[in-house]
Amino acid sequence: MKQWKRHMIQAVSALLHNPYLSNFLTGRVHRGKTKHLCVPGLNCYSCPGAAGACPIGSLQAVIGARTKNVSYYVFGTILLFGVLFGRFICGFLCPFGFVQDLLHKIPLSKPSLPKRLDKTLRWGKYFALAAVLILPAVLTDSYGIGAPFFCKYVCPAGTLEGGIPLAIANEAVRGALGLLFSWKMVVLIAVIVGSVLLYRPFCKYLCPLGAIYGLLNRFSVYQMKVDENACVHCGKCEQVCKMGVNVTQDMNSTECIRCDHCKTVCPTHAIKSGFFVKD
Amino acid sequence: MNDAPILKASKKRGPIPTAAIIIVAVGLILFGVYSGEAAEVFQKAVNICLECIGVG
Repeated sequence: MKQWKRHMIQAVSALLHNPYLSNFLTGRVHRGKTKHLCVPGLNCYSCPGAAGACPIGSLQAVIGARTKNVSYYVFGTILLFGVLFGRFICGFLCPFGFVQDLLHKIPLSKPSLPKRLDKTLRWGKYFALAAVLILPAVLTDSYGIGAPFFCKYVCPAGTLEGGIPLAIANEAVRGALGLLFSWKMVVLIAVIVGSVLLYRPFCKYLCPLGAIYGLLNRFSVYQMKVDENACVHCGKCEQVCKMGVNVTQDMNSTECIRCDHCKTVCPTHAIKSGFFVKD
Repeated sequence: MNDAPILKASKKRGPIPTAAIIIVAVGLILFGVYSGEAAEVFQKAVNICLECIGVG
C-alpha cells in the first residue's frame, strides 16, 4: 500500500476516534454511552471530540480505584485488539501515531541515534507499561486511590488532544493551569521536536500500548510474511524501514508497526500482509 | 542496514495460541463487565480527567 493511502486511513481513523468536533468550540467532553468502550489507539478521553475511552487511561483508572487492583475489562479489550491486529493499530489506526507521521514529514535534517542508544531506549516502553500496571495499585493516597501516573506525568497525547483544546475553550480549565501543565507541555514539545527529527520516537521509546501490541505481533490474526522463494535479498525492505526492523529475519518483530513501507518497495512482491495470509 | 530490534519474535505462532488468547480476552471482558468495570471506565471517561490534561 502506498504511504499516502495509509495516511488517508489514519486520518479517517483519527476522525472516528474524535467525531464530536463541535465540542472543541464549547470546551466540553462527550458524555455519550460509547464512552463505556475503549478505543484501539492512544486517544485521550478528555479530548473534547473523543467518542470512546483511552485504553491506557482506563487501565490506570480501574487499577487505581479504591476497590480494585486489576482491570479485567480494559486489559481484556487491549488483549483482544492486540491479538486481532497487533501493531497494525499503531501503523494505521492510532491518532497519535498519525500526528507523529505528519510531524516527521517536515523537511528538516533527519539524524539517526547511535544503534546502541536506540536499542536501549526501546526498553523505555516496557518500563512505561510496568509503571501503568503497577504504580496506580501501589502508590495510593489516604483514600486508597492511585493516580494515573503515566497520564499525569508523561502522556503527550493527553496534553495535545485534551489539555490544549480545553485550556483554549474552557475558562475554568484555563484558570486551573499550573506547574504540572507546564511540565506536560515540556514533554509534549520534546516529543514534537523528536518526531520531526526521528521517526515516531514516542511509539519506539515510550508508548505502553505499543508495547502490549508489539508483544502480540507474532500471535495476531493480522500478519506479514516474506515469501522466501521470491525474496532476492536486495535489502531494500530493511533500508526503507523507519522502525529499524530486520524485515527478512524478523517480520513479526515487536517493533514492526505494519506500515507496509517494506511491502511497497519490494521489487519481487515477496512481502504479503493481511488477515489469514497464506504461507 | 538496520539493526534488529530488542525483543525478537520472528516466527508466527500457530492458530492455537491465537485462539487461546482470543478466548482469554473475551473471558476477561465479560468478567470485567459483570464486575462493573465498564461503568467505572464510563464514569472516568465522561468527566474531564484533570491529571490527563495536566491540571490535577
